Amino acid sequence: MHLDHADAFPHRHTYSAADPHRPDGTRRALRIGLGGPVGSGKTATVAALCRELRDGLSLAVVTNDIYTREDAEFLLRNAVLPPERITAVETGACPHTAIRDDISANLEAVEDLEDAVGPLDLILVESGGDNLTATFSKGLVDAQIFVIDVAGGDDIPRKGGPGVTTADLLVVNKTDLAPYVGADLAGMARDAEAQRGGLPVVFTSLVTEGGVAPVVEWVRARLADWAVRP
Amino acid sequence: MGLDPDVLDGAPVPVPVAAPAPAPSAGSRAALLVLADGRFPAGGHAHSGGAEAAVKAGRIHDARTLEEFCRGRLHTTGLTAAALAAAAAAGVDPLALDDAADARTPAPALRAAARRLGRQLLRAARATWPSPELDALAAARPRGAHQPVVLGLAARAAGLGPPDAALAAGHETVSGSTTAAVRLLGLDPFDATAVLARLAPELDHVAARAAEAARRALGEGADALPAASAPLLDLMAEQHAAWAVRLFAS
Amino acid sequence: MTAGAVRAARPGAGLRATARIVAAVDGRGGTALPVLDGAGPFALRRLRPYGPGARVALVGAMSAPLGGDRLALTAEAGDGTALTFTTTAATLALPGRTGEPATYDTRIRVGDGAVLRWLPEPLISARGSDLRATTRVELAPTARLVLREEQILGRAGEEPGRLRSRLTVLRAGRVLFDQELAYGPGVPGWDGGAVLGGLRAVGQLLVVDPAFEARPAASRVLGEGAALMPLAGPAAVVGAVARDGLELRGALDRGWREFARECRDGGIWEQE
Repeated sequence: MHLDHADAFPHRHTYSAADPHRPDGTRRALRIGLGGPVGSGKTATVAALCRELRDGLSLAVVTNDIYTREDAEFLLRNAVLPPERITAVETGACPHTAIRDDISANLEAVEDLEDAVGPLDLILVESGGDNLTATFSKGLVDAQIFVIDVAGGDDIPRKGGPGVTTADLLVVNKTDLAPYVGADLAGMARDAEAQRGGLPVVFTSLVTEGGVAPVVEWVRARLADWAVRP
Repeated sequence: MGLDPDVLDGAPVPVPVAAPAPAPSAGSRAALLVLADGRFPAGGHAHSGGAEAAVKAGRIHDARTLEEFCRGRLHTTGLTAAALAAAAAAGVDPLALDDAADARTPAPALRAAARRLGRQLLRAARATWPSPELDALAAARPRGAHQPVVLGLAARAAGLGPPDAALAAGHETVSGSTTAAVRLLGLDPFDATAVLARLAPELDHVAARAAEAARRALGEGADALPAASAPLLDLMAEQHAAWAVRLFAS
Repeated sequence: MTAGAVRAARPGAGLRATARIVAAVDGRGGTALPVLDGAGPFALRRLRPYGPGARVALVGAMSAPLGGDRLALTAEAGDGTALTFTTTAATLALPGRTGEPATYDTRIRVGDGAVLRWLPEPLISARGSDLRATTRVELAPTARLVLREEQILGRAGEEPGRLRSRLTVLRAGRVLFDQELAYGPGVPGWDGGAVLGGLRAVGQLLVVDPAFEARPAASRVLGEGAALMPLAGPAAVVGAVARDGLELRGALDRGWREFARECRDGGIWEQE
């Protein structure tokens, strides 16, 4: 009798996101990563996405907190999903390591969520707030969103960096603050376009009704692609 | 009483075990560098090996106290982990070793961390050195086996022997704490690395003892392995697990 | 094994002493002590029982263990018995004349349905001493055990000697708990922040009870230096570290009360 093993989970064969199937042959959930600097609105975007998508889709969220569970607890307090659909991964003071260099803890978390509350359509993996070079490993997520905000400086798109230039979607958040911080939205859009070679950019203001709609639309398109991907 | 008074590792009742299978392949010694590399993607970066709790309690505050912490860790849980890893690499039944690891880990927080890390390492090792033995362990322990047992089996899959497995396990018990102390205290990384260098001869000694115990475990079973433990590491791990806010998982 | 104590013929060599306790059901619902053998430093005394169980105290009849001594104590609590073991005073490990280490080996068996409460006073490691203590407990599947172990490193204000101990508990033939501790001069890192960090008293209260299978103990921190930790099998241990023996006993007594609050089953938890 082993009291540490009350529950039983199936044996897993997969190693990473390279395989779109689960060990039992069913299709796994689409995994979308959200990265970006501290305070740009990643958690708020995740919360808004959950509210918009949860009625039609089976969702779960993995957070990667700098300090354990802060973001997970924000999502719990705001009741965007039931608690069993939110998992916090601890990152040992290195959030970018956990989403890029050593993704093992995050892979455990997404697979445990699928085992525990699946089948799932979509898992959002939120990075801890980090710097402009933090990107997700392709072994962990199928697509990634990089969230910056106008208050962080309107020169960020021009500066570039892997997050800004290579993310599948760049979200420029808090457009409502642009007049107060003197941010040039048109200039940001131009710089982003120049840096990203045609990859999409959307502007959001989560304080306004339906402010997250452009992101929702993009996520729905990824889900549609995922459904037909072999 | 049949006990060798010089070595407490010798349990008096031998337990017969099945003859071990030979190691799957003779691998490259350099595989040890891959396995023991701090960047090997098996989750270690998120664990401090007790250093976060020790820093908060004021027990580590500079390079000297880090060194004494690491020395104590190396000769207690480090020796135990190294012996489990060496025994797994030698071909002792990994499930018996997993039970032995449970019995040697009274703190539930440390058992949970060891199994979580074991599962992450199993994932990385199966992708890196595919092996039916690793697959079988994953099937038998879907929630993860104790990390040192997985490490030893991974070393075996990589063609490494028990002494190398012991070195890798022993090194990890001190390198993880050292890296964490650098992050937590802003310690000079040169000073911290010098701590590891000063401990290197002791690590060699611990690994040799571990490999010798593993050799005896082949005949006598897992009871022959050391069970060295550290009271403060156990108690601090339980306290740490109860913190609401922390940087490291353990 | 025959109990006895033998001074070796070679001058300066240590003492060899054994003692043996056997408890068996007495056929009237109680526990008898058909064997209570001890010699040399081991004087075993039958104490007045509180209830149906038997109580034995080890009375220290001479200074032991000294360096070079070989002490062995065995206890068997037969099926269905209830036995409590105590000592009348702390055991003091002292240096011998030869510099050889002393050994103290305790072997305990507890039968089905039996309850053993093994509650010796602390072991004190005096300056210059060198002791290797092993305790091996074999439990039948339905045996219950309460085992207290306290180690004090040095008498008041004194540097400790060298103390190495191993406690192994098997249940139904499988190892449930296995722990080696080593402190004192020549033991690397023993006083650093991972092992004792300047503290001088360490102990534990180990409880094995099949009732934990249905309802495992919950882990909890009991103040700065103690925690209640459920094991992987039907058992739990309160581990504690403290500055001295008094503080340590206080921590283990708090742990005892935590256990008692959860499981009230037939008096096993009534404290002496």
